[in-house]
Amino acid sequence: MLLPDAMTERLRAAWVIARRDFVAVVFSKSFIFFLLGPLFPLVIGFVAGSIGATVQRDLDRPVVGVALPAHEGDRLVMARDAMADKLGGLPEFVVLDRLRADERFDARAVLRNGRIAAVVGGSLAAPILTGTRERVGELRGPLSLLAARAQAGGAETYPPVKVDLLATSAARERDGRVLTAQAGQVLLFLLTMLLAGMVLSNLVEEKANKIIEVLAASIPMDALFLGKLFAMLGVSLAGIAVWGTGYGVLVLAGAKSMPVLAAPAVGWPLFLTLGFLYFAMAYLLLGSIFLAIGGMANTVREVQTLSMPATMMQLVVFFLASFALARPGSWIETVSTVFPVSSPYTMLAHAARDTALWPHLVALIWQGLCVVLMIRFGARLFRRTVMKSGPARGRKAKKAITAPA
Amino acid sequence: MKMDATSSFLKERPVVAMFSDNRSTESSAELAIEARGLVKRFDGFTAVDGVDLAVPRGSIFGILGPNGAGKTTTLRMLLGIIDPDEGYRRVLGHERPTEIARRIGYLPEERGLYPSMKAYEAIAFLAALRGVPLKEGRKRGRELLEENGLGYAADRQIRQLSKGMAQQVQLLGTLVHQPELVVFDEPFSGLDALNQGKLERVIRDLAARGTTVIFSTHVIAHAERMCDSIAIIAGGKVPFAGPVDAARDRLRPQVRLETRDLDGPWRAVFPADARLEGKFWHFTLPETGVEPLLRALIEGDAGILSLSIERPGLHDAFVAIAGEAAARALEENAGEENAGQEEMR
Repeated sequence: MLLPDAMTERLRAAWVIARRDFVAVVFSKSFIFFLLGPLFPLVIGFVAGSIGATVQRDLDRPVVGVALPAHEGDRLVMARDAMADKLGGLPEFVVLDRLRADERFDARAVLRNGRIAAVVGGSLAAPILTGTRERVGELRGPLSLLAARAQAGGAETYPPVKVDLLATSAARERDGRVLTAQAGQVLLFLLTMLLAGMVLSNLVEEKANKIIEVLAASIPMDALFLGKLFAMLGVSLAGIAVWGTGYGVLVLAGAKSMPVLAAPAVGWPLFLTLGFLYFAMAYLLLGSIFLAIGGMANTVREVQTLSMPATMMQLVVFFLASFALARPGSWIETVSTVFPVSSPYTMLAHAARDTALWPHLVALIWQGLCVVLMIRFGARLFRRTVMKSGPARGRKAKKAITAPA
Repeated sequence: MKMDATSSFLKERPVVAMFSDNRSTESSAELAIEARGLVKRFDGFTAVDGVDLAVPRGSIFGILGPNGAGKTTTLRMLLGIIDPDEGYRRVLGHERPTEIARRIGYLPEERGLYPSMKAYEAIAFLAALRGVPLKEGRKRGRELLEENGLGYAADRQIRQLSKGMAQQVQLLGTLVHQPELVVFDEPFSGLDALNQGKLERVIRDLAARGTTVIFSTHVIAHAERMCDSIAIIAGGKVPFAGPVDAARDRLRPQVRLETRDLDGPWRAVFPADARLEGKFWHFTLPETGVEPLLRALIEGDAGILSLSIERPGLHDAFVAIAGEAAARALEENAGEENAGQEEMR
């Protein structure tokens, strides 16, 4: 279907603006830092987590000293080695001394100085475990088993145990999905605020550079508005792609300390698709508001003042959506679902918890409609305010330039 | 030749009066810009109050007025940057100027380019805004810079250029798509004498090629030197619009006379405004013309030592049309700008 000429021209003009803005932002030094920003905590978390885990492993690998009569200690060590794979997580056993019949061993002295976590004394028939409460509690049971095996000479047979694994329980799944929903909402909120803020500062920069007048004279104002909005949407996609790739690489690299979220109810592919669509809607709605505000402002200070109510509103909306998450089926959730600005957040959470797809279709249509209305309204306001001339306003100035009747 | 035709067209049909007639399609076709009764208000302040304009195609048209008179607002309405609250405009035959933006070039008073863009890319971007494909725009950008002696700066970022060079880049970007109508808002503002001369040549070249040029200025000399027609704007109103000669013709020529005797019966032919300054009589040439005056002086044996009859300049016409206050404001603006330029130097 061919588009009318005016529409084609608007799209062409929007494309020129979007391309310029996208290239300018993506190839700027600040964008590199913008991209790397969220990666720093991830990388640092990964490295710190790995180092921490290694250190913890090293620190937590206890050695149990054995001081038993004659060769009982050696038999206990053999029993430990034989059972290590069955019991799992057994500490290393080291023979400290092979005691003669009348010989005594000062276990407390050993524990005070060395890296021994506990000491097994007494005999195999009546072992004495010396150590801290935690260590004793941890080793008491296994030691009993090992002593029994050592006494028996390793004759026991242990039947293989078949396992019936359950991936998760219903309760755990529900909790996991709520966590996924929350994570989705937070990510959506942060991205939306970040990008809307970027589009705003971009516009203010253009007003400061006096480029805006050239743009306004060359292309329709709504094309300029659309171009700017979609450029930042593109920028956000670039950011998400980089961050997503970074996260994926770290997860694949086996970063066990990385949080892996529970699978959402609609499955990851659809959840991510919906996430992008809801992000686009939330961003376009907020971006339109911010751009309309940017049209009225001339300085960064004015922007901060004028955008404060919109930022506050966004925070309230986020809290509303978070609140609704904890109250499924309530009127709060209904309000949060219908209110256009909070709808993307609430519906993303819905996708994490519920398998039904039709509500998303309805929500996207509703949000799309609101986006169109908001863009039209924002573009109109932008057009009315962005090129407002600065006439001589004072009575004196007016008097000075008034032509004679 | 084209300019002569334009002047005669306007002389035959005074611009402001033309709108009181029923306009024919033929006259509209000859006009690059028609505007009637344009009104723009900002928060209750009327910045432009019923402006009528008619700019013939291929002419150089100046909008003359002090700062805050409504020049920029008028130009913005003509370009479609803002819509008038009242009135009618037609640019190159279209009522929506933004729809024919490809045929228009605009250099705003406050120049602006993206500081991080390279010079040739800035031109290509301005061309792309006006519908020129990016690749073609880049090619033209390099060519234009080369032709104008700025080829060496093509790959430099705008922030690395001097102010004058950046202004030239923007001018090239304004003209890169070969527009039919070029609008300059205070184009000479901030330029040194050398670059003002260059810009005057550019404007004349454009007009010679049939491009319509409209520019605003608060420097009467520029308008007087270059324009075929002008509109004087003050307080948001246009008390005069028409050929520069028509503005001057609003005033009678001024006579400066030196005689052997300072008084005599021949003085009876002098108009009432005649005044003696030193040895010279100054007065407006009577409507009866120079011959009765000369006859009276000779027959009265006044002893003419010197006589000059000077046609009034545009400045005098401006004072007469817009008033002393507007003229003073205009001069103050020009003075401030000169002081600013001195400071920059």
